[in-house]
Amino acid sequence: MPALFAAIVLHDVSLAWRRRGSILSSLLFFVIASSLFPLAIGPDPQQLRALAPGILWVAALLASMLSLARLFAQEHADGSLDQLLLSPHPLALLVLAKICAHWVTSGLPLLLLTPLLAQQYGLPVSSALLLSASLLIGTPVLSLIGGVGAALTLGLRGGAVLLCVLVLPLCVPVLIFGAGAGAAADAGLDAMPQLSLLGACLALSLFLCPIATAAGLRISME
Amino acid sequence: MNDLADALQSDRATATGTARRWLAFASARRFDPLAGRLAPWFFAAALLLLAAGLYVGFRVAPTDAQQGEVYRIIFIHVPAAWMSMFIYLVMAGYSALALVFHTRLSSMMASALAPTGALFTVIALASGALWGQPTWGTWWVWDARLTSELILLFLYLGYMALEAAIDEPRRAERACALLALVGSLNVPVIYFSVQWWNTLHQGASVSFTTAPSMAATMLAGMLLMTLASWMYTIAVALVRVRCILRERGVLAPTDGSRSGSWAG
Repeated sequence: MPALFAAIVLHDVSLAWRRRGSILSSLLFFVIASSLFPLAIGPDPQQLRALAPGILWVAALLASMLSLARLFAQEHADGSLDQLLLSPHPLALLVLAKICAHWVTSGLPLLLLTPLLAQQYGLPVSSALLLSASLLIGTPVLSLIGGVGAALTLGLRGGAVLLCVLVLPLCVPVLIFGAGAGAAADAGLDAMPQLSLLGACLALSLFLCPIATAAGLRISME
Repeated sequence: MNDLADALQSDRATATGTARRWLAFASARRFDPLAGRLAPWFFAAALLLLAAGLYVGFRVAPTDAQQGEVYRIIFIHVPAAWMSMFIYLVMAGYSALALVFHTRLSSMMASALAPTGALFTVIALASGALWGQPTWGTWWVWDARLTSELILLFLYLGYMALEAAIDEPRRAERACALLALVGSLNVPVIYFSVQWWNTLHQGASVSFTTAPSMAATMLAGMLLMTLASWMYTIAVALVRVRCILRERGVLAPTDGSRSGSWAG
């Protein structure tokens, strides 16, 4: 089972690596979106610094939505999803492997880029790193919740927009705790409560979301 | 000894008999005439309770010492807010039944309730804004309860959007049931996250643990309005589920179709 899990993650990551363009374009979206806010709000450094954690979190949330629709679409189109459903191994674990691979290719680059983008907003390095830490705990939750939405909207007309409509309201707690951790760190307060709550969200969704995603895939493929 | 065994056996027999009688209504054919018979009574009860509730609320209940007449919006606002949350819970319950027992009627009940739930959420938000303008001096604040009510509206709309996007009825029913369950697990997390984020809303005036801090007639008016909302919800859901049964071809279109164009 661990070998199968690793094989699925490696397979998906290498497939994504061969189509680097889509990873790059969602990263580019993240960079552009977070650069638009100073243009709209104004260049006042004080104000920008106060808004930075929230803006970067919202931009990361939207950027991770972009790649969600691709989570099962390719496998659905070429029929390998049927093979996955027929496998004797628990579907929830196979799905978890795919979600892990999705996070490595979509969430991880975002959080590596965040300290750099935080410089646009004049965040000090320590709070920028803490913001990255909150993204490190938070973005897996986004991928996990997004997996449920991707399974439910598999193969539907206008599925990508519908996916955002379904998933974004469910991501509200992650956004609140994540941006809250960044803001608390910048205000010189202890960010641990928010990070702990994010960790609790991660633990809960790590347990529930793969099961729900597996059930959703079975419903969609019936 | 024998008597006891006999008694136990007959007990069990009646118990399974009752259970079977209730389960029989999971069949659309049995349920449909019952729903058709009950709906008018629930409508009548809703109208009566609504009249009584509005009378108590607007004529009998005293003017509030601090807020004046403006407070009377609670007779609409609070029942609507209660119903909006309660209906989502009921939908999640029906969805769980649908996923566990594979009963199509349960998921149809859930989708029949969704528009009413969304309606009550909109009423709660709109009446809250109308109350907030004279009382707080603003239509909208990013307060915990307002925000979670708004997100609840998004959940209802997402549910209905997913249902509208899927063409095959069976897939739509099961996908929506799963979505409602996931949403209902998320609702408490959203509620508490938003509560820790910001709170300005006045504390709950009615709770089940402490004595209510309002006049008895005000409470009576609110409870009457809540009962009216319940009756209305049940009546509308029953009518809507009968339409859904015919739309999805579970039951043959009957009365109306003779004059309709889609009889063939």
